Amino acid sequence: MEHPIILQMQGITKIFPGVRALDDVTLEVHRGTILSICGENGAGKSTLMKVLSGVYPHGTYEGKIIYMGEEVTFKDIKESEHAGIAIIHQELAMVPELSVTENIFLGNEIIKRGLIDWDAQRVHTVEVLKKVGLTVDPDTLIKHLGVGQQQLVEIAKALSKNVKLLILDEPTSALNEADSANLLELMRGLKDLDITCIMISHKLNEIAAISDAVTVIRDGRTVETYAVEAGQVDEDRIIRAMVGRSIENRFPVHVSKPGEVIFEVTDWRVEDPNNPGRLVCKNSNFNVRAGEIVGFAGLMGAGRTELMRSIFGHNYGIYLGGSIKIKGKEIHVNSVASAIRQGIAYVPEDRKNLGLNLLNSIRITTVSANLKGILRGGLLDLDKEYEVAEEYRRSLRVKTQSVDRGVATLSGGNQQKVVLGKWMFTGPDVLILDEPTRGIDVGAKYEIYRLIHELADHGKAVIIVSSELPELIGITDRIYTIFEGEITGMIDSKEAQQENLMKMMTSNSGS
Amino acid sequence: MIYIKKIFGDKLQDYTMVLALVALAIIFNIISGGKMITSSNFQNLISGNAYVMVLAIGMMMVIVIGQIDLSVGSVAGFSGMVMAIAVRDLGLTWWVGVLLSLAVGATIGAWQGFWLAKLGIPGFITTLGGMMIFRGGVIWISRSISVPAPRELKIFGAGHLPEWGPAFTGMNNSTLLLGIIAITAFAFTQLRKHNRSKKTKELWPVLVRIALVSVVIGYLTWIFGTGRPGTSFPVPGLILVVLVLIYHTITTRTTFGRHIYAVGGNKSAAALSGVNVQKTYFLTMLNMSFLAALAGIMFVGRSNAAGPSDGIGWELDAIASVFIGGAAVSGGVGTIIATMVGGLVMTVLNSGLMLMGVGADRTQVIKGLVLLAAVGIDVFNKKEGRQSIIGRLFPAKSK
Repeated sequence: MEHPIILQMQGITKIFPGVRALDDVTLEVHRGTILSICGENGAGKSTLMKVLSGVYPHGTYEGKIIYMGEEVTFKDIKESEHAGIAIIHQELAMVPELSVTENIFLGNEIIKRGLIDWDAQRVHTVEVLKKVGLTVDPDTLIKHLGVGQQQLVEIAKALSKNVKLLILDEPTSALNEADSANLLELMRGLKDLDITCIMISHKLNEIAAISDAVTVIRDGRTVETYAVEAGQVDEDRIIRAMVGRSIENRFPVHVSKPGEVIFEVTDWRVEDPNNPGRLVCKNSNFNVRAGEIVGFAGLMGAGRTELMRSIFGHNYGIYLGGSIKIKGKEIHVNSVASAIRQGIAYVPEDRKNLGLNLLNSIRITTVSANLKGILRGGLLDLDKEYEVAEEYRRSLRVKTQSVDRGVATLSGGNQQKVVLGKWMFTGPDVLILDEPTRGIDVGAKYEIYRLIHELADHGKAVIIVSSELPELIGITDRIYTIFEGEITGMIDSKEAQQENLMKMMTSNSGS
Repeated sequence: MIYIKKIFGDKLQDYTMVLALVALAIIFNIISGGKMITSSNFQNLISGNAYVMVLAIGMMMVIVIGQIDLSVGSVAGFSGMVMAIAVRDLGLTWWVGVLLSLAVGATIGAWQGFWLAKLGIPGFITTLGGMMIFRGGVIWISRSISVPAPRELKIFGAGHLPEWGPAFTGMNNSTLLLGIIAITAFAFTQLRKHNRSKKTKELWPVLVRIALVSVVIGYLTWIFGTGRPGTSFPVPGLILVVLVLIYHTITTRTTFGRHIYAVGGNKSAAALSGVNVQKTYFLTMLNMSFLAALAGIMFVGRSNAAGPSDGIGWELDAIASVFIGGAAVSGGVGTIIATMVGGLVMTVLNSGLMLMGVGADRTQVIKGLVLLAAVGIDVFNKKEGRQSIIGRLFPAKSK
């Protein structure tokens, strides 16, 4: 590679009380290229980036950082920013009530005679927005932009500070396919502006698509680093390096034995609560058999989550019509509580904000959707609660010292197991899992898949909503596709491929 | 250290406030030359502050759901006045007046709950409105003049338990009986708990715990029981103890209690777990105003009359007790017992400063500082405990 080296991190070791977070990590980035850093949750990727950007100041870690040919000793983020290093975090850090311009210049305002020079700021904003390919009015409020656009504004903000090295932490985790593709394209384009990118990502297909080099970190150590040809990355090699063992199959083998149809939704219609007259579900019809795993594919905003939450006791939108049958009997679900009582469980996509009360312990979480299950003489039986929580901890193999620990102390995969346990304890016939493996690392995903298969083997009807098509194809029996609130087709998973699914997800011509 | 943990449980920082309370009492006792820890002072302390602690019970639940109730002082004053006027002008029996007053409290609570739960107006605004409305209401219906209260109420506000039985005990036998009941109940529940968890747990920490608590209760029984003849553990204190037991059970052992914490911790997650968030809001607000009416009645009984300015500033004392007791401003965290300890800290502080002859002005300043310090220490404690961030990043390696 003829590109000169822009950054070298040598022998970086960072010790927290009792934990060696980084252990002699070495990293090299060539100017004007894209380096992907892969590793499981907790491998030390984020810590490494915090060392680089000065969040952990010089002196709190061992090792050397050589940037643009000189050793640097950043004391805080301001210094690293000044040197042209910018981080874009997973959770976007913007003020929703302020305009694009105001956000881009927040903390960095152009001042003329003691006052903000709005004209100069606006002109400059239009310039950087053009660089990221965003055509919005600079006076638009951030809250009126989509997540994808907000991401672009964040990058524009970095560009406005003359960034030379851009670090993106899971940049596409909140984006839909189209926005993700757009962002990756933009990153490629940044190379021409002589901007170097470091991308932290879980998504192997993205890493494969744009990286010039890959560094894999595991347990705080660099496992391997190698240059790759964009588009020709061996995904299995990365996975092997990440988990430290080979995963033969990313999806467990499973033969399902579907029985009778036990869940049937007919002519389900829902109106958008914020947009009267607009239907988010247009006459949806589908069914699931006992012991069957059915997937729902669709682009973000297609109405998958809305459909499921509406079925789950009208938790979303305005119900206009439609019926649900469980085991052949029509049921009426006008509240979440009644939906739970009649055998429906829904695991939401956003675990931290919708799925869990992070203040709670594992044991309180486990029983929280079925308190009736531990009532004795009108009072909660706390011994029973402990037994139930222990039982699910054991059977779901949740890694924790005790069920009295807070759920906030668990990793994403273990949190998801606790959430699954919580819903299994409600004794459902139908389990709806919305993005069940989001934010979970590769090894833990495999375990979640196995649990899903076990649920089906126990005769439950399982519905999976997912944005990851390989996942849907890998673990489901049938897949429905949704486009703009309409079910556009159904396909056997054995015949499903990303291409034909994509086609069904993006047009209402049907299959 | 391990032994101490076995006796008191793993979370020793939970006892910070209890230690502070004991330390305060002892320090004031020394400075005031032994005037703090006396029978009459403790009796006054309890009967003179029970009504604020009753408010604090309801306020704890309101704060746990992530709201605040500023109207409790006005509601207490208004309900008390309604009772006094009804008894005087309509000639109702005293207990009908009490029931009427409690019903008025519950109705006001339903009204505020309606604004919060159905219309989604934040509790701060709803109850700020209530604070003005019912303060105005009290002054209006009383024409700004105090109304005498039925004499029968005195017992609830400042009464003592009867004297009976043999004299050789040297103390008020009602109080002694209460003490014995308390010790027996504590020992019984501890032993039963121990029996249920047969495995692993040793017996001796349980016995030590029972012995320690028995000594404490015994000591308190002796103090409360050996006052002037005719005095005992005060009746308002007894009402408070009963309420604490009821509400402790509600918050820790009932579905409704769990729902309060669920709603306060994460509203959306609670809704998706089948919790009726609106109903929880509604009932919590209703309960608060009901307790406010009860507090109002207790106060009227104590002062023999309902006055137009009864209840001014009570909401602040109640809120302070809850926060000194470690509740979180953002909701989801707080317990009845800790709130009571918080309330007692305020009470002991008041009483101690008064015994030292510190004026009301400086007392106010000190109470403000204590509130800040208590919450500050709490926040600091939680930050220290946040090593879990590292634990979260490296779950496998940390142990």
